[in-house]
Amino acid sequence: MMRPESEEELAALVAGAEGPLRVIGGGTRPIGRPVAGETLSVSRLAGVTLYEPGALTLVVKAGTPVREVEAVLAAEGQRLPFEPMDHRVLLGTEGEPTIGGVVAGNVSGPRRIQVGACRDFLLGVRFVSGEGKVIKSGGRVMKNVTGYDLVKLMAGSWGTLGVLTEVSFKVLAMPQAEATLIRRGQDAGAAVASLSAALGSPYDVSGAAHVTAGVMEDEALTLVRVEGMAESVRYRAGRLGEGWELVEDGQSAALWRRLRDVEPFAARPGAVWRVSVKPTDGPVLTDNLLAEGLEHAAIHDWGGGLVWLLVEEEGDAGAALIRRQTAALGGHATLIRGSEELRARVPVFEPLSAPLAALSRGLKQKFDPRGILNPGLMGV
Amino acid sequence: MEMPAPDPKILSRKQLIVERLLSVLPEDAVIHDPAETRAYECDALTAYKCPPMAAVLPSSTEEVSAVLKICHEEGVPVVPRGSGTSLAGGALPTADSIILGVARLNQVLETDYENRFIRVQSGRTNLSVTGAVEEHGFFYAPDPSSQLACAIAGNIAMNSGGAHCLKYGVTTNNLMGVKMVLMDGTIVDIGGPWLDSGGLDLLGLISGSEGQLGVVTEATLRILHKPEGARPVLIGFDSNEVAGQCVSDIIRAGILPVAIEFMDRPCIRATEAFAHPGYPDCEALLIVEVEGSEAEIDEQLAVIKEIARRHNPVELRESGSPEESAKIWLGRKSAFGAMGQINDYMCLDGTIPVSELPYVLKRIGEMSKEYGLDVGNVFHAGDGNMHPLILYDANKPGDLETCEAFGADILKLCVEVGGCLTGEHGVGIEKRDLMVAQYTPDDLELQMRVKDVFDPKWLLNPAKVFPLEATESRRAA
Ligand SMILES: Cc1cc2nc3c(=O)[nH]c(=O)nc-3n(C[C@H](O)[C@H](O)[C@H](O)COP(=O)(O)OP(=O)(O)OC[C@H]3O[C@@H](n4cnc5c(N)ncnc54)[C@H](O)[C@@H]3O)c2cc1C
Repeated sequence: MMRPESEEELAALVAGAEGPLRVIGGGTRPIGRPVAGETLSVSRLAGVTLYEPGALTLVVKAGTPVREVEAVLAAEGQRLPFEPMDHRVLLGTEGEPTIGGVVAGNVSGPRRIQVGACRDFLLGVRFVSGEGKVIKSGGRVMKNVTGYDLVKLMAGSWGTLGVLTEVSFKVLAMPQAEATLIRRGQDAGAAVASLSAALGSPYDVSGAAHVTAGVMEDEALTLVRVEGMAESVRYRAGRLGEGWELVEDGQSAALWRRLRDVEPFAARPGAVWRVSVKPTDGPVLTDNLLAEGLEHAAIHDWGGGLVWLLVEEEGDAGAALIRRQTAALGGHATLIRGSEELRARVPVFEPLSAPLAALSRGLKQKFDPRGILNPGLMGV
Repeated sequence: MEMPAPDPKILSRKQLIVERLLSVLPEDAVIHDPAETRAYECDALTAYKCPPMAAVLPSSTEEVSAVLKICHEEGVPVVPRGSGTSLAGGALPTADSIILGVARLNQVLETDYENRFIRVQSGRTNLSVTGAVEEHGFFYAPDPSSQLACAIAGNIAMNSGGAHCLKYGVTTNNLMGVKMVLMDGTIVDIGGPWLDSGGLDLLGLISGSEGQLGVVTEATLRILHKPEGARPVLIGFDSNEVAGQCVSDIIRAGILPVAIEFMDRPCIRATEAFAHPGYPDCEALLIVEVEGSEAEIDEQLAVIKEIARRHNPVELRESGSPEESAKIWLGRKSAFGAMGQINDYMCLDGTIPVSELPYVLKRIGEMSKEYGLDVGNVFHAGDGNMHPLILYDANKPGDLETCEAFGADILKLCVEVGGCLTGEHGVGIEKRDLMVAQYTPDDLELQMRVKDVFDPKWLLNPAKVFPLEATESRRAA
């Protein structure tokens, strides 16, 4: 395994590479088609470059453990607003998740529905292109429209366009208080209607999920979270959930951590899909899949639009059905958990329309002309 | 500002090209009489003008596609245009180009309150998007000051921001999907009313690409429910440094106001004389606005006022009524107009790290003396996006050039302290040649390769964003 200690060293390794490279941070997110190649780890490029709490900005080397980033921020009462998931729980992997891995996967959690995804808080990147050139885009300021936004393009490109070496974020304050409203026994359709009403209110809902019966508890749970100053949380919780059960602070945080990490599926065998559709299409999707005979368990996050599906890992693990239903409704499906053998056989990422596939291939070719960075991982 | 020389081969084929355009568009949608094309000779950067060869005003995505196909075959450059309010010359034509205006594409196609999005044609104005959902208590968050006129198409191309983006983000953070036509006429759909991308984030790449990757004809936008209320507080200080410290302390305290606006003395005096908002005569003025219910607003403003008091403000005025709120905002909103009363002005748009504010303002003051031109500063302090307004006299020979040199120095200063050339107006032609101050040749090469992928013939919106020297070989190809 190659573990360069500086950006220059990394650039030289990529420039001199003679075959494919498997780029990893902490190696805790084995997602996508398996890549054959020499392993290039970014984990030694670690440490905080700059942190200005008064400007809400953090610049950090890509190999820095997420744990460390979170600790540095917490010491100043701040956090990464997009609540990145820790994939170790669901995927049963070991190791130390890195911040570069979060960016490479555009990994976001339940709060994404309110504040935006990882890419929305990413202010700048430095990366090494497939030609071994050090490239920067964006910077450390919140407003920046200088040139094309390669920052967004790098987020969620899974190391196929470049090897991230440094990333900068807009961060936000941790709230004083949080509370979660819980309602039991709703079916998915009714739950999403409640979630839509909550998200369409002026009350700044920062989490809106529905967990079907038997997944977290015997009964189905509908969950709505609010965060902020203590009085304000009390006020908004009161307005939103008359007659709903209420849990606060630590208990509320624990609930959302479980949801964030899709923990209810952790110990259950099977393949796990992550589907993004329009919120009201979430229950339609799960109903249609059942009607077509695909047995599954489901968690609906993001107001209903993010559907985590646990299916049996046999045949194509529901790929054809899930893809057909998702395409009919509009959206995209990604296979997040599956054996290497399955991921080699079934397209992991949503197949693109012909013109978008051509554009994606074109970008890959321009960023990595030799096709050596995580080749094939995203299927383009 | 240098522009590439028009291609005589294209100019000589004007009649044929116009005829081809007329074969796919109604007659009133093709403007080719030189007297009429002058209406499209510039955007809001009026120092630079050049009428296009012709302008077209399609009414559907299919018409846009047909036009682009013809221009692609004929090798004619195309300049997409929304409402022409760009301050960077982003919609400036070349003499051999076709202006493709989307003003007739102004319909609302779908509103969905349960899923909180609206789908519109891209020529629709920013404010009328909010207008379409207001009745239900919703709004579209990005609110550039030009929102009455500017189109969603231009907002996407420039990734426009507004006074409230500290809380709600800029265009890219509120854009869910687009329908777009590539230069060869291919129609593509990117994203939609669901979140994130199933592959590479092409949508993120389109936002802020200044009309160089494709022509956007439809947009799916996130809408939000309006807050219960909002209230500003006005805080005056006798030093820029203290005002900057106050901004930083408010943010440190964990409060996220929807807006923190900053004005310096020249700007305060000009707006006071122009609009009489009743501002104190002081060195620096902050307008801080928070949202929520009455009680929530009180809770946040209590913290903000407490922080402000620690910095000995010369004035601390909390709005007590909608009228008072309007008055506090009046000066800020009329700042550009007020400066325009004094003289011609150039509005800059660099961003700096908030911590560098006092230093940058001091340096701008010094440079103002060196160049002999006055500057007023008004800007979004929460995110460091500055708008220095340099006053000059367009009728005085050499004044514009001096002003541009001064402006370039300010922007280089922004980059030097860790910021960037443009926070929300875009590069256009205005900052094109300064790109080398922020990016290395390798950085720029990779950005240009993105354009190679979307527009291999480099026909869309020529001579913008990249220094002419850097694009020469591609344009010649
Ligand atoms: C008084 C005033 C105040 C302003 N305040 C702000 C502010 O607060 N915040 C801010 O961000 N900006 C502000 N601006 C700048 C300007 O309004 C924005 O850049 C706006 O988004 C431009 O929109 P437009 O429709 O006028 O675009 P245009 O000026 O017509 O075009 C702008 C760019 O968009 C491209 N374009 C247009 N249509 C399309 C399309 N269909 N497909 C692809 N590309 C296209 C053009 O080629 C050009 O590069 C202000 C301008 C003025 C004059």
